[in-house]
Amino acid sequence: MSIKKHVKVGLSALALSVSMHSAAAEDPIKIGILHSLSGTMAISETVLKDTVEMLIEQQNEKGGVLGRELEAVVVDPASDWPLFAEKARELLAQEEVDVIFGNWTSVSRKSVLPVVEELNGLLFYPVQYEGEESSENVFYTGAAPNQQAIPAVNYLMNEIGVERWVLAGTDYVYPRTTNKILETYLKDHGVADEDIMVNYTPFGHSDWQNIVSDIKSFGSAGKKTAVVSTINGDANVPFYRELGNQGISASDIPVVAFSVGEQELSGIDTGPLVGHLAAWNYFMSVDTDANWDFIDAWIDYKGDDTVVTNDPMEAHYIGFNMYIEAVKKAGTTDVDEVKDAIIGVSVPNLTGGYATMMPNHHITKPVLIGEIQDNGQFSVVWETPSTVAGDAWSDFLPGSRDMIADWRKPMFCGTFNTVTGSCGASSGEMAAESE
Amino acid sequence: MSIIRRSLTSLLIALACLMSVPAMAQEDPGRELLVNLAEAPSSRVEEAINAIVDSGDERARGWLEAYGNNRLSRVKDTGQVVLVLNNRGRDWEIADPLTGENLGEMSRRKLDRVAINNAIRGKLEGIMAMLDLNAADPDVREASAADMMGKVDAALVAPLQARLEKEESAAVRDRIEAALAIYRVEQGDIEAVEVLAGSLHPRARAALNNAAASDSPQLVEAANKALASIEQKLKLNKAAETLYFGLSMGSVLVLAAIGLAITFGVMGVINMAHGELIMLGAYTTWGVQQLLPGQPGLALLLSIPAGFLVAAIAGIIIERSVIQHLKGRPLETLLATFGISLILQQLVRTVISPQNRTVVTPEWMSGSLVINDALSLTLNRLYVMAFALIVFAALMMIMRKTRLGLDVRAVTQNRAMARSMGIKATKVDILTFALGSGVAGLAGVALSQLTNVGPNLGQNYIIDSFMVVVFGGVGNLWGTLIAGLSLGTINQLLEPWAGAVLAKIIVLVFIILFIQKRPKGLFPQKGRAAEN
Repeated sequence: MSIKKHVKVGLSALALSVSMHSAAAEDPIKIGILHSLSGTMAISETVLKDTVEMLIEQQNEKGGVLGRELEAVVVDPASDWPLFAEKARELLAQEEVDVIFGNWTSVSRKSVLPVVEELNGLLFYPVQYEGEESSENVFYTGAAPNQQAIPAVNYLMNEIGVERWVLAGTDYVYPRTTNKILETYLKDHGVADEDIMVNYTPFGHSDWQNIVSDIKSFGSAGKKTAVVSTINGDANVPFYRELGNQGISASDIPVVAFSVGEQELSGIDTGPLVGHLAAWNYFMSVDTDANWDFIDAWIDYKGDDTVVTNDPMEAHYIGFNMYIEAVKKAGTTDVDEVKDAIIGVSVPNLTGGYATMMPNHHITKPVLIGEIQDNGQFSVVWETPSTVAGDAWSDFLPGSRDMIADWRKPMFCGTFNTVTGSCGASSGEMAAESE
Repeated sequence: MSIIRRSLTSLLIALACLMSVPAMAQEDPGRELLVNLAEAPSSRVEEAINAIVDSGDERARGWLEAYGNNRLSRVKDTGQVVLVLNNRGRDWEIADPLTGENLGEMSRRKLDRVAINNAIRGKLEGIMAMLDLNAADPDVREASAADMMGKVDAALVAPLQARLEKEESAAVRDRIEAALAIYRVEQGDIEAVEVLAGSLHPRARAALNNAAASDSPQLVEAANKALASIEQKLKLNKAAETLYFGLSMGSVLVLAAIGLAITFGVMGVINMAHGELIMLGAYTTWGVQQLLPGQPGLALLLSIPAGFLVAAIAGIIIERSVIQHLKGRPLETLLATFGISLILQQLVRTVISPQNRTVVTPEWMSGSLVINDALSLTLNRLYVMAFALIVFAALMMIMRKTRLGLDVRAVTQNRAMARSMGIKATKVDILTFALGSGVAGLAGVALSQLTNVGPNLGQNYIIDSFMVVVFGGVGNLWGTLIAGLSLGTINQLLEPWAGAVLAKIIVLVFIILFIQKRPKGLFPQKGRAAEN
């Protein structure tokens, strides 16, 4: 009797432990997606949500990771910056997601930063940004200024022979910081003060007549002139339209843009824009098999032949694959172990090379300069000979020149000052100062 | 479906290949020229282009144009150079550049674009302009001579000279002489400076500026003299241009605000969804263009009544469902209509797309009306200005001369009295609101030619619209017109020296101060109407 009872208890205990074990194995890896699906930023961010969902679907078809399925948890921060912080908290504290892919604007990232640091989460940020930040918990898969702005200016200076510069941007932190970096850089290279014109416009600016006319007369001083544009979002359409109507062609005054990609061009009649430039780390027109496969998968996923891909989508593709590799390497989704494992991980990008996660949580990227074509695509006219590693702290700003970030032990610091040899203020405070 | 299409495509390609076999038998010299162009490294491209021009082939211009437009590609497998007719979507329609025969569709993955960049494109424009100088039409010759400005290099001087001697049209001669003079000034020729003295062309000014910075003192003196005379002319043109900018921005403000002047100004309804009614008008334009592909001009004209109707119907629905229940409660109306505006925005995002939609500008609306080399009026804005004035005149007519206008004025002046005289106040309310909303729709149709058509379109104009109506004096259409035009002009006058951000702020501060002094705006209502 008693033996039988023991066996029974033992068996049920065994069964329990087995069922618990299998439950653990089937527990999906939760991937939080923090992109605005409504409000002003929905125009850019919706496709990124779809991209991550597609990548999750593809990974699940391959059998997931570590035998576990992936599951998307989508929230809508509605282009509302404080809501980004709340939604991030919801993802980490209630949904207990293992990783977050999200954000577009810098201000939304700054709002999420303290939450992700407090709750020790992981955030992959896919958009080009102004730099001056490196957080233990954030991985920057978009371009830092030295991976976009500086090479583009080099191209204009050395290949096109530009001597006069218009720095035009929307009035917020990314253009202001980028232009500050570029101004210092240009002056270091012998450009005089009167050969630089800086112009800021409000968000959604639609009346460009005066500014375009100013650019036109600025450009008739006899030196080759170019416009470096950090104009954001919607404002680009009327800007380019005005350029076309006032007859400024790319061979007179080329405009190189850092925020205009395939997505933005799909809203404009690109006929008059042919030849204007953009600097990115990826173009949809890049002729590699990996890219064509990605595009085909994306077209099938969206069920629309005319959809386009763009640079932040590639950044998510890279970030997602890096996360998967890091989880495989660490053998767990534990945040601290993944954080350690991911540094040094290399995955293929879509432009025929590899992206590597650097110790400062930025990645290596090639820099491509593309000319706008009449079908809303870019044709690559120049690229860096090799990939460029992202620099968290710009060498062209007084406050950050001596700063480096290295999240490997024993340094483990985002704001290491190479002059004083000490780890400075926390990244959040530093960023606040640099603004 | 796609399998059928694909197999059809490959069948077509196979057929095309078969058909091109006999053509291959007698080797076409064009084939080699194009392959050379496609294979040339960037340093030899110019040579390849010149070889094409020198061949005297009558197809040369078409090839070069296609090349400049990124329409030349190579089939990766066969190395054949093809003309891309349609480069949108996954499969591209291609043709044989030699025979012009259509080769059907081919996956973009199998094509390799013949590379071009701005430097080459600039040279190409010069070469093409040179080819066009032989055209029969003097207008074409003049345009291409204007294109030559600043693009003349040593190789082009001799043929240009030859052309100049043959040229009959005086306008074309002037252009060619100026283009040659620019080249000569760049080479340090003092006599050529004289030719450029009166020219307002930016390239001429650029050449003179360079000359003024040169080493030769005589050249510097001559250049400075020529520049001074240009400067004087330029100032006048600049002033005229700023005025035009101001009036054009003003007319956009008037268009956006005039509907509000009726719903808010005349009826007293604070309609925060006014911007979204504008947006609906813009989306209607997009919708009509989708229904009539290839005819953007006709579509645009048809969208004028369509945009009016769509926005007017939306206005009626808003009025019946929400606003009529909130009569006399401005704060609640404000909040409710703000909610409606958010609902409409998100509706568009969900139903259509969060992305901006492409509204095509018809040919006759793009480009500009060239007055002289320094002053040109952009056509799309010119049309919008005219449209704004027409809409304004039509509204004035309706308010002054029609029965509806009379009823509206009666109901807004004294509702109870009007009703006792047998006017159906509710019906008048509906019609007035529909009219105001419809006009907002018209504004949307016009704005679709100036700015992006997207869910946020309305938001960008709502504040400006209220500003104009309040500044002009509530309930006064003339006030709205004057206020819109003057605010636009003030803004454009401020912008060059204050910057766009500061100019906006200054205008806002100015209005606040103005309203402090004159709370009823520029043109307050007088008499009995004002007592309400």
